[in-house]
Amino acid sequence: MMNQDLKAHINEALKKGVRLDGRKKEEYRKIEIRTGVIATAEGSALVKCGDTEVIAGVKLGIGEPYPDSPDEGVLIVGSELLPLSNPEFETGPPSIDAIEVARVIDRGIREGKTINTKKLCIEKGECVWTVMIDVLPLNYDGNLIDIGGIAALAALKDAKMLEVNDNKVVYGKRTKQSLPIMSMPVPVTILKIGDNLIVDPTEAEEAVLDARLTVSILEDGTLCALQKGGDASLSVKDINEMINLAVKKSQDIRRKIYEAL
Amino acid sequence: MNMGNDKLLVKDKDVVVPGEVLAQGMNYLPGQGTYRYNDKIIANRLGLLTIEGKVLKTMPLAGRYLPKKNDIIIGRVIDILISGWKLDINSAYPAVLPLKDATFGYIAKGADLTKYFELDDYVVVKITNVTSQNLVDVTCKGQGLHKLKGGRIIKVNTHKVPRIIGKKGSMVSLIKKATGCKIIVGQNGTTWISGEPEMEVVTVNAIKMIEEQAHKSGLTDKVKSYLEKATGKKIEVRIKE
Amino acid sequence: MESRYNKRLDGRGFEETRPIIARAGVINKADGSAMFRIGRTTAYAAVYGPRELHPKHLQDPKKGVLRCNYNMMPFSAEERVRPGPSRRSREISMVTEKALLPVVNLEDYPNAVVDVFIELIETDAGSRCAGICAASIALADAGIIMKDMVAAVSTGVIDHRIVIDLDGEEEHLADLDVADIPIAMIPSTEEITLLQMDGKASKEELFRAIEMVKPVLKRIAEVQRKALKEKYKG
Repeated sequence: MMNQDLKAHINEALKKGVRLDGRKKEEYRKIEIRTGVIATAEGSALVKCGDTEVIAGVKLGIGEPYPDSPDEGVLIVGSELLPLSNPEFETGPPSIDAIEVARVIDRGIREGKTINTKKLCIEKGECVWTVMIDVLPLNYDGNLIDIGGIAALAALKDAKMLEVNDNKVVYGKRTKQSLPIMSMPVPVTILKIGDNLIVDPTEAEEAVLDARLTVSILEDGTLCALQKGGDASLSVKDINEMINLAVKKSQDIRRKIYEAL
Repeated sequence: MNMGNDKLLVKDKDVVVPGEVLAQGMNYLPGQGTYRYNDKIIANRLGLLTIEGKVLKTMPLAGRYLPKKNDIIIGRVIDILISGWKLDINSAYPAVLPLKDATFGYIAKGADLTKYFELDDYVVVKITNVTSQNLVDVTCKGQGLHKLKGGRIIKVNTHKVPRIIGKKGSMVSLIKKATGCKIIVGQNGTTWISGEPEMEVVTVNAIKMIEEQAHKSGLTDKVKSYLEKATGKKIEVRIKE
Repeated sequence: MESRYNKRLDGRGFEETRPIIARAGVINKADGSAMFRIGRTTAYAAVYGPRELHPKHLQDPKKGVLRCNYNMMPFSAEERVRPGPSRRSREISMVTEKALLPVVNLEDYPNAVVDVFIELIETDAGSRCAGICAASIALADAGIIMKDMVAAVSTGVIDHRIVIDLDGEEEHLADLDVADIPIAMIPSTEEITLLQMDGKASKEELFRAIEMVKPVLKRIAEVQRKALKEKYKG
């Protein structure tokens, strides 16, 4: 629940460049990335960022293609706000917040052409590879879209194809072949609190946000997905500043991901 | 009597866990946090063992706040009722601040209660009554009881509050002196801090340090050391351990 | 009775569990939490509570309510698990709750609830038992009053051979009869709080399995207690 008093306080502190945990406005918490953590997943990654800890797993299968893309593999991103990870989350079907997380991560990966889905075709119109990525928080303290997005990318990079027998997947039989990865669109969410822009918000900061903008950025600086959230509006100047900041930070994040792989 | 078989298996200030056998023999007596099973005394909660003569008991190291009469706590207004305000006190049980206990002034029937306390306001209150069903009444009339303005709120484990306050307030005074922050630590663990932004961060870190190491000795020195490093100035204060 | 299962598939002794790792306090926002790993089966448990219980009609005016929720992450098994509760996960949630209730004392928390959330991030048989072990540590970590830990492990009867800690490969043996018997126990009293069986075994084999598993569960309880103490060291 937003407390106007607390929000004013955070704003005042931000004007002096100090966040609730002592970080600077453009400072990320310490990020740790580990891949290959789940043996039952074809690819997996565990990403820690401060007190937020997210696990992503890739499961491969074989199924029918979508009718409008008969020669392309199928990619699905799922996410849930597990009640295990935070006292505010409840059991039950995915909340709208969980759905937004999944769809925004999906959009970044899909529109950034992370996977060459044409290479996942087995028999046009009949049989293609399906790639299911599930992104789940073990510990939730803010910034799930970004951390989840990083975990999803690391899990995809970690994934290995399975052996196929008679158009059926043989689970447990991993090949040395990776997924056809073409790019790494990195998501960066910028929060606007008053006149201040911050990156990598904690739960407490997310509770007092005015607006946020998630930007997915490719290696060459091209944008491939956007999502504005929050109740307040953004001026064009705001959007410009937020995108610039996001592109700048995406370079650090991308380097961190490559270092871990 | 099997006096020869009496055996103490743990020592004072040990961290003990449920199911752990603390002593054997009928010579020892089970206090809070322990129970007797046949000839053994066994711990029934995670705690710090204290031995008082023949009595073995534990100080809890974890667990949510259970409301107690006369405790001074910090609550957050979550509902405005006809008869007063409902507060979240960081416990399984909400508290009610009745009209008559809100202020020394007179509040007319039908008055706009938000003029006194609004949703999300934080208030320092004292518990006046706790029923057997854990319904809690509080008052805001009294020394040191008031609505909080500015600053920030953090939540600490209720069981660590005595350590954070220290003997006769010595620990919290140490932090106040070093950082210049105003600090109010509610018995329920809800804590209010107000000062310069950087000093608030130092205060939060010092409090978190105490929370994590509450069961260890030499804590005051560690905290003093951290505060001096973080603020860059020496602290002259007489400390009672 | 003679048995054809004379050497375990992974070379373990018949009474030997897979390697176990247990840790307490792994989820910061929870009141209590733990990770329990046996072989590759890995369970996380988080306890939130006592806290307000809604809807009101579920409240018990005499004591707090224990509510367990078991869930498998989609990538935790060879075949992807569809997200959301299944009949299986709901049954496991219920038997988990029943396995833990006999040790906890929730009299100090009338009308409140203690929620236990269990997530399996990877499974290789024995997942409900790993969940119970993790939940037990998490409840203690949350300061809940409990007379003892609850330790659990899957025992098995494979072609009349009793084995402790059935793994995935053994569970799926095609050419021999396999009975999977998850058992949970209160170590200090040896009372059993979870007992299920999937498969055929004689009464005599069942009771032998129960006798064989007792010392193993006591050892597991020591591992659980050690995990709690480790958190306060250093």
